[in-house]
Amino acid sequence: MSQPLPLKRQGEHHPDDGASPIKPSRLKIALSSEDFDKKNANKRLKDVEICVPIVYGTTAFYLGRKASESQSHKWTVYVRGASNEDLGAVIKRVVFQLHPSFNNPTRVVESPPFELSECGWGEFEIAITLHFHSDVCDKQLDLYHHLKLYPEEESGPQSTKKPVVVESYDEIVFPDPSEGFLARVQNHPAVVVPRLPAGLNLPSPVPIETGNGKERGDTKDHPLSQWFLNFSEADELLKLAAARQQVQAHIVKLRRQLSLVEGMPQLSKPPSTYES
Amino acid sequence: MDAKDILGLPKNSFPPQEKKSRPPKESQRKPDGISREVYALTGGLAPLMPAVDSSQLKRRPPPDEKVAWQWLGFTSSARKDNLHLYHWVSSSVRVVNGVPPTGDYSFAKYNKSVDITRYTDEEYEKYLTDPRWTKEETDQLFDLCEQFDLRFIVIADRFPSSRTLEELKDRYYSVSRALLIARNPSSVDIAAHPLLKEPYNISRDVERKRAMSLVLSQTRQQEQRDEEVLAEAKRIAQSRIPAKVSQESEMAVAPNAGVEVTERTIPGETVSPPPSNAQHPLIPVPPPLSTENASTLASLRILRVYLRTYALEQMLQAASSTAGLRTIKRVEQTLQDLGVNLKPRVPTKAVCAEHLELRKEILTLLNLQKQLQYKEAEGLPFREGSFTETPGTPKDRTFVPDSSFGGNELCTCNLIYLLLGILSTFY
Repeated sequence: MSQPLPLKRQGEHHPDDGASPIKPSRLKIALSSEDFDKKNANKRLKDVEICVPIVYGTTAFYLGRKASESQSHKWTVYVRGASNEDLGAVIKRVVFQLHPSFNNPTRVVESPPFELSECGWGEFEIAITLHFHSDVCDKQLDLYHHLKLYPEEESGPQSTKKPVVVESYDEIVFPDPSEGFLARVQNHPAVVVPRLPAGLNLPSPVPIETGNGKERGDTKDHPLSQWFLNFSEADELLKLAAARQQVQAHIVKLRRQLSLVEGMPQLSKPPSTYES
Repeated sequence: MDAKDILGLPKNSFPPQEKKSRPPKESQRKPDGISREVYALTGGLAPLMPAVDSSQLKRRPPPDEKVAWQWLGFTSSARKDNLHLYHWVSSSVRVVNGVPPTGDYSFAKYNKSVDITRYTDEEYEKYLTDPRWTKEETDQLFDLCEQFDLRFIVIADRFPSSRTLEELKDRYYSVSRALLIARNPSSVDIAAHPLLKEPYNISRDVERKRAMSLVLSQTRQQEQRDEEVLAEAKRIAQSRIPAKVSQESEMAVAPNAGVEVTERTIPGETVSPPPSNAQHPLIPVPPPLSTENASTLASLRILRVYLRTYALEQMLQAASSTAGLRTIKRVEQTLQDLGVNLKPRVPTKAVCAEHLELRKEILTLLNLQKQLQYKEAEGLPFREGSFTETPGTPKDRTFVPDSSFGGNELCTCNLIYLLLGILSTFY
């Protein structure tokens, strides 16, 4: 997916026309009083695409003996980094919209790990809304996930030890990020930043606070991490490459056959009045 | 009943018979279990056939009147030569004294003709001379026009010197127009006359006919290609509209202007007006894929943030908007046969790109298969159609994965080439 666009001029210290979506008045203030860095922080980069791979889904445990009519399962819905890194640098908060039969069906999670646990008996669609930090994006992003409590195969009584896990892999794409955002996350493990264009001067990122151990944003040692599914890009790429090869070989064969048939018509058409 | 009394017919025998025939029918048909009245509420049984007595049918029409015919003479006002002809006239037309009252021949009213304005010789000298036409020819033309009611095809056929139909039309209409203007120099009313409002344009007419014949003689392939190009153009135009609309609402226009410009130039080549498409050999279409990718990317960029799966969906929609539902189903079937997920499980940027490429290649493959089928169907003469296999339904030519991959197609194609070889020995 190439992007045939002119490279934006780097190193200019005043914003280009329309380069920034921010209202002009704010820019003028930035020019006069703010720092050099802050001026640049709002500049957007057209040819850099920041991508945040995430996995979102649910894990549901059958409660077994402790199950009641209205609460037969304990489930957790979450959004995690695909490599279990902390998403807090990108996502400010996550809003989980549950079924209206729950108390306060709108649950807001303000800090990572972005997850929510509940007890219930029914399966329904959970709406997950991601809100980003202000320098990342003002728009929110919606995801939808169907909560699954019962396993596919109805193999007798449900196990309380093994949960029903449904996860989806996806990537959040920021097509033209601001420089400030880029600078902040350029070395962040949760974020995929492509090779930056030459000549781009970014301030070095603030070192990530390792935290006081109590509040970890990453999910590497999360209690549910043993159930997390593995998403390997390599597998899929391999399969796709093999498929493409097959198709291409077939195309070559057909093209050869086509050229043969096109060369033959005069032999097969009889000199009859059927000819127009 | 009174009549029967009078006639002295026995009362008992007939009524019981009639009554017996009717109630048994009703009780037979009325279903048990519900009463007669309730059943009647539902509408009861509709009569199977309206009660028409067949003996009645034979008797009608009553043969009271006898129609007499008379051999009478007549004239027609449509004829100028007072030809006196005879024909049979039926007596139902109220003949009196052997002469039918209706004056004219009944078909005379259909003798309509076109009003051709004729010119006098002086008018010709004054207004109507033309270097390419002699007066004689123009006179002949007008005579024929009057004779044949402006049926130009017939006129062109009978015109003594060789002139094309368009030339004849042109001459006739320009003469009529000039005459009209000459006879009504100051009148504004005639401006609404069709001769002046929509004058005959000979070059446009010639072009139009040429274009029509080109369209008629287009090969099937040409037609297909034209359709593809037009669909492509429509889709590009449509995908540009939402991109334009959302851009107008956004203030940041400049970064997208570059993309718009590239978009506009490429569709400019492909979106040519239909007549010129028909006239010129089809311009090789620059790969439309880059255009649709650019436009999809532009509309995605406006979102500021989006999911990779959403982007993939948009790209897929853009790519397959020209393909019909059947083609899409075949692509999906092929993907399944190859063991590829219809929606990638790990949609990273690389995976999505590969997936799109694969889909495009499958589309190409299916198109080639179709082309091959058509070529094989065309190449073989009609009579001999029974010798070869009919071009297989799409099911015959889908993928058989891995080991037997391509085996079936090879066998079919080999068979056809064998037959072609055999046939070629006949000619």
